[in-house]
Amino acid sequence: MIKKEVDIAIIGGGPTGLSAAISARKEGIDNILLIERNENLGGILNQCIHEGFGIEIFEETLTGPEYMQRFIDKVEQLKIPYMLNSMVLDINKKKEIIVCSPEDLIKVKAKAVVLAMGCRERTRGNICIPGTRPSGVYTAGCAQNFINLKNYMVGKRVVVLGSGDIGLIMARRFKLEGAEVLAVVEILPYSSGLPRNVVQCLEDYDIPLYLKHTVVNVVGRKRVEGVIIAKVDERWRPVKGTEKKIKCDTLLLSVGLIPENELSKMAGISLDPITNGSRVTENLETNIKGIFACGNVLHVHDLVDYVTLEAELAGKSAAAFVKGELRNESNIKVTAGNGIRYVLPHLISGKNDVKFSLRVMCPDRNRKIVVKDGEKILTKIPKMRVNPSEMIQFNLKKEYLEDVKELRVELE
Amino acid sequence: MKKKFVCIICPNGCEIEVKYSEEEIEKISGNLCEKGLDYVKKELFSPERGLTSSVNLKNGLLPLVSVKTSKPIPKEKIFALMDEIADIEIEAPVKIGDIIVKDILGTGVDIIVTKNVDKRIHS
Ligand SMILES: Cc1cc2nc3c(=O)[nH]c(=O)nc-3n(C[C@H](O)[C@H](O)[C@H](O)COP(=O)(O)OP(=O)(O)OC[C@H]3O[C@@H](n4cnc5c(N)ncnc54)[C@H](O)[C@@H]3O)c2cc1C
Ligand code: SF4
Repeated sequence: MIKKEVDIAIIGGGPTGLSAAISARKEGIDNILLIERNENLGGILNQCIHEGFGIEIFEETLTGPEYMQRFIDKVEQLKIPYMLNSMVLDINKKKEIIVCSPEDLIKVKAKAVVLAMGCRERTRGNICIPGTRPSGVYTAGCAQNFINLKNYMVGKRVVVLGSGDIGLIMARRFKLEGAEVLAVVEILPYSSGLPRNVVQCLEDYDIPLYLKHTVVNVVGRKRVEGVIIAKVDERWRPVKGTEKKIKCDTLLLSVGLIPENELSKMAGISLDPITNGSRVTENLETNIKGIFACGNVLHVHDLVDYVTLEAELAGKSAAAFVKGELRNESNIKVTAGNGIRYVLPHLISGKNDVKFSLRVMCPDRNRKIVVKDGEKILTKIPKMRVNPSEMIQFNLKKEYLEDVKELRVELE
Repeated sequence: MKKKFVCIICPNGCEIEVKYSEEEIEKISGNLCEKGLDYVKKELFSPERGLTSSVNLKNGLLPLVSVKTSKPIPKEKIFALMDEIADIEIEAPVKIGDIIVKDILGTGVDIIVTKNVDKRIHS
């Protein structure tokens, strides 16, 4: 086994890992190692060939590959060392990492670690759809990989379960490639994707969206021959008598993403059951000193621009930790109140400006985000429109946070 | 005629209702700013979309390379354009920004590469 010592090890070479590496280098850390299991950098953006990336950061709309290339170029230019085809198998509290690389097993001892592993898709098993087990059931991201990177068309008559952005984008992709998209089926009373995608992916192509519906059965022995969809009641139970059969050869699942936190658990990192990501301080440090988390492995993001900004902070914090300059005084709890599904970071110090990220429970109009300390209202942020599919961020200046005991964020 | 829109220009996402005839908007409500009116006008009378897809790649590390239109194209031309690029095959290596078709279908729009893909080295 080869042994290596580094200042900062970054696990995952997607947009998160790339930005964390660049930002740590800009803070003067030379000995960085970026570790990626795929054969190239860029993560999920390799297969996201549609537009809609970079509006916040570059003020232009780029495709996924164009967005990632700007950061890969920067990593090359700064000569940041990276390893490809190398998977991290293990990490412990002492920040010792075992990497399986084409050369050999490598043991990396790091002073600080940035977790940037992204997420993976929920599968049929995760949501328990009854029926037979024929071929032709894919997660949407898997189909995206086949079509956009491998040139395999996976089906001709398609039903999509779940109306998140990946499902919507893939519905359009199938249509453009000449397949029929018979339905997008969504259990909620609203689409869980961005309004822009509902317009440009479904309405443009007359693809029907069945809200408050789900797939109750998959039919077919060798290949999918059809799916049965049905209406659901308020508690998501299928309503008898509303079943309808749709003949199709492919069922795409776009039913959510799960942060890849197997490694985090090995290191003893404490996870939030709502986000499925680590609990972090305002520096994005986990409960293990010197291990930081950001991007989709911390919480699922809809916009890559926010991923990049979050990763910059994590890279900067990791650099400060290595230099012995990171002060850890975060002991004020931040909790999600009425109408808020989650809010990050979990802990703040009250001594610095903080950027908060949150998601609401359900879509609504003309609401206010209220930040409270006990009964005392610190600030109110009006929102014309709130939507669970769109992450909301806001900054609080440290002047607001002096002497705060516990922070509560609510929707009013 | 009447139609409802969700304005996608900014995060406010105004729900806009319009009454319109063949050529013009007669009544509009729900938009918080002028941009909403422009958006609806465009959507009703001359909708345009950017198109992204992929074309075949010879001798590349990938069998395909992703491409986009240099500017949005009229919505009704999307499928004609997809047909037009279906048979294209280009040679690796390719770089972001390479133009593969100039002025496709007389739209004044080019098809450009959106990914760097190297040549495959035969072993
Ligand atoms: C289909 C789809 C469409 C999207 N559309 C948009 C859009 O239109 N606009 C927008 O702004 N955003 C969009 N997003 C969101 C955006 O792409 C993501 O938020 C972003 O890519 C997350 O970056 P990441 O680096 O955290 O994760 P990823 O990009 O998933 O990168 C994680 C990397 O870590 C590597 N890794 C994981 N585990 C290990 C390990 N053990 N060892 C080594 N390497 C490991 C993985 O191989 C991967 O390369 C979309 C996402 C998807 C999936
Ligand atoms: S009408 Fe104006 S304010 Fe409303 S969503 Fe459109 S651009 Fe935004």
